[in-house]
Formats: sequence, structure tokens, C-alpha cells
Amino acid sequence: MIALHDVHKAFGAKQVLRGLTLDVARGESCVIIGGSGTGKSVCLKCVLGLVVPDAGQITVDGQDVTKGDHDAFLARFGMLFQGGALFDSMPVWQNVAFRLLRGRQKRPKHEARAIAIEKLRRVGLTPDVADLFPSELSGGMQKRVGLARAIAAEPEIIFFDEPTTGLDPIMSGVINDLIREIVTEMGATAVTITHDMSSVRAIADKVAMLHDGKIRWHGPVADIDTADDPYLRQFVSGSAVGPIAAVR
Amino acid sequence: MTPALAPIAAVGRSTLAMLSAIGRVAIYAAQAVSHVLRPPFYPRELAHQLLHIGWLSLPVVGLTALFTGGALALQIFAGGSRFDAQAVVPQIVAIGIVRELGPVLGGLMVAGRVAAAIAAEIGTMKVTEQIDALTTLSTNPLKYLAVPRILAATLSLPILVAVGDAIGIFGGYLVSTTRLGFNEAAYLRNTVEFLEPWDVTSGLIKGAVFGFLVALMGCYHGMNSGRGAQGVGRATTNAVVSASILILAANYLLTELFFTA
Repeated sequence: MIALHDVHKAFGAKQVLRGLTLDVARGESCVIIGGSGTGKSVCLKCVLGLVVPDAGQITVDGQDVTKGDHDAFLARFGMLFQGGALFDSMPVWQNVAFRLLRGRQKRPKHEARAIAIEKLRRVGLTPDVADLFPSELSGGMQKRVGLARAIAAEPEIIFFDEPTTGLDPIMSGVINDLIREIVTEMGATAVTITHDMSSVRAIADKVAMLHDGKIRWHGPVADIDTADDPYLRQFVSGSAVGPIAAVR
Repeated sequence: MTPALAPIAAVGRSTLAMLSAIGRVAIYAAQAVSHVLRPPFYPRELAHQLLHIGWLSLPVVGLTALFTGGALALQIFAGGSRFDAQAVVPQIVAIGIVRELGPVLGGLMVAGRVAAAIAAEIGTMKVTEQIDALTTLSTNPLKYLAVPRILAATLSLPILVAVGDAIGIFGGYLVSTTRLGFNEAAYLRNTVEFLEPWDVTSGLIKGAVFGFLVALMGCYHGMNSGRGAQGVGRATTNAVVSASILILAANYLLTELFFTA
């Protein structure tokens, strides 16, 4: 479904992606792991067109992402950003229903609000949260609202950018379970970026490890503890000793 | 490169950087203008910005005009007394306010208030990935954020200038009649009879241009904000400084165009 082939991207002198190739099948939950600064977020942003690759090809269902109607293309996606990226000038329900209040998927206001409250309920938030502003919510609640916004328009593909960063272990577990449930329930294709191995085990069908701008290892989540790749083993064990330099 | 050529190279680099920046701003402005007439439109956002940029700037523009009008009357009276021309206070206050000080000071005050607020808001949205979130929600950030702000500032500045003109003239009237011994009726008659429609209209046109520049600079610097609090702070400063300089430069060019052609 999503195919990245030999994607290169540099920011000035810093070469971030150096020939990244990755396939994600329809309905699959793929988790991309890798150290900080290895280009995981850049990879997702290249798929969405937020960052333009220097070389290589990215297709979704065989269609080049740089061609065709970009609005229609983006309507197939939902994304949970690392910091939530909630619009702090509008209340929670309008954040969740943003796509349903304008553009091609516009619905009547009362209908959009009802959908937003239903999605909030789906992520474990009560209707009284709907009229609060994002600044009035805790970090965990903001992540849930971000998750509700990502699924509000029932997208086919959902990207999760470090969904548990900054959360306590219990809230991380709640978010991981929610992501897994929602992805399974919606039948969506999911790509998640994380450093958190508990998230990997909870969310992934397939794991891809990004190192030095390329996919270093990929395979089923069940294989990550038995794989003999030294880079993957060091990352999974969280060891400071190994082929991945601790100071980058 | 020989050391002797280093200063020339530095001048060349600065010139190229400046021309490049002018080009980027021009392209951004052209894109924003082209989006004004193309759907989707965001009337709710426009109304919200008219309130924030126009209505909420009234106190600062009104107070600036009031004190400027009063001070202008005192200065003209004092200066005019050197060659026995104190009687021209109403006329000079009126023409000074409606042609120059109303639009320029109104524009500069709005630049301080609005360009800074726009740059800080959009810059913060950028560093917290809200701009990326807008894009992923199939919403063009330029159209959703910049166009309503630019349109609102362009529409509301002439109204602010008109209100500022009236308050500025009133400031001059108040000082002239209470402190300088002018007759109320004669002051008003002199003001109204002296002013021509073009005096007022030219000031309103200047106001619209200044409003466009203020919002354009706020949006441009906000969208190009660097990372973190320092990046947003720099964007805010750049927005106010560039908007202020552009207002003064545009004022000179418009005055040349309107009154010397």
C-alpha cells in the first residue's frame, strides 16, 4: 500500500535519508524504530508531502504521492503528532472535528460535534472535555484528543509520531492499547514512530529499524528479540555498548 | 580569494541575501493575494481577525491620534507665532493628520500590536507542528491563516485611520479652543472648508496599503520562524521592524505618487 523506494533527503549538509526503502501492506501496523535524528519523522513527512524528498519515489496504492489531487490524497490520512499539535485557539471538540467543519468532508455543526464527542468517548474522554481548550488539558489528555482528531474522519492510513513520548508508563500503556484497538477496529494501515519498546510490542505487526538513513532491519515484531542484527539487538536492549554510537 | 577581496565578497553576500529575501516576500505576497479570490473561503476566521485587528486596535490608534493632534496644535501655534501665522493651526492640524500622521502613526501602532501578535501566534503554531497538522487536515495554512489576517488588516486599517483622523482633529480642536484661545465654531469651519476629499481619501488608501504590509510581515515572519522560543522571538521582532520600515518607505512612495505627479 505505502511504498518508499530509494528515498534521499538532506537538510543543508546533513544527509538524513540515504536510500530508504520500505513497504507497508494494507491493514498492517508498521512501527519504525531508530535513534534520535535518524530521520524517522522526516520519513513520515515525506509521505505526507510536508517535506519534499531530494530523490526516490513514494507511492500509495501505486500512485505517486507528488502527483494528483493532494487534498484528496491527504483526506485518506490521519496523523497524531508528537506534541499533539492541537490548535490552542479552539476548543477540544472543534479540534477533533476540524476536518468535519470545513472542506470536502464538511458536515452540519451539530453533526460534527456529535461525531467529535463520540470520538472523544472512543479514546476514553468524557463529553465535558469537549468545550475545554487544549491548554486546560494534561499531556495524556492532549494525546488522546490528538488521537481522536486523527481518527475523526475515519482515515484509511494513520501515522503516529512518538505517541507515548513524555507520558508516564501507565498513560503510555493506555495510549498503546488505544492505538492497537483503534487500528484493528478501523482496519486502518498504521505507521508509528517510537523509541519506546513497550509501544513497539503493543502496537506493531511489523518493525523496521532505521539507521544511518536506511532501513537496517525489518521483520515481524515476534522476531525482534531473536534477530541477530547487532544494531537491532543494541537498540532493543538499550545498551550503550555496540555498533550504534552513544554520542551522535 | 585574496584577503583584499573579502569585504567586497561580504557586501556581495549581503546584497544577494537581501534580494533573495525580497523575492521570497514578493512570492509569498503574490500567493496570498491569489488565494483571496479562490475558494475555500473562511468567513468566520475573517470576522475573528476583523475583531482582533480592527476593533481591538481602536483604543491604541485613538489615543495616539488624540495626543498627536493636541501636540501638533501646540507646535504649529508656537512655530506659526514666529511669523505671525498662528491662525493656520486648524488647517495645518487637519491636513497633517489626514494626509500623514493619521495613516503613518496608525499604521505604526498597529504594526507594533498586530504584526507582533500575528508573528508570535503563527510562529508558535509552526514550532508546535500546528502548521503541519493543518496541512495533514487538508487545509492550506496560507489560505487559512494568512489570507484572513491580510484581508482583515487591509480592510480595517482605513477605518482605523478614518477614526484616528477624526480623533486627531478633535485633539487639535480641544487644545486650540481650551489652551490657545481659538473660537470653537471658527476652528471647525476652517477645518471643514480647508480639507478636500482627496486629502482624506489619500490617507485611507495609505491605511489600506499599510494594513496589507503589517499583516503580510506578521504572517511571513511567523511562517518562517526558527525553532524554539528564540526563533519565535526573532520572528516577532523582525515582523515589527520590517513592517515599520516598509510603512515609512511606502508612505514616502505613495506621497510622491499622490501629491507630486
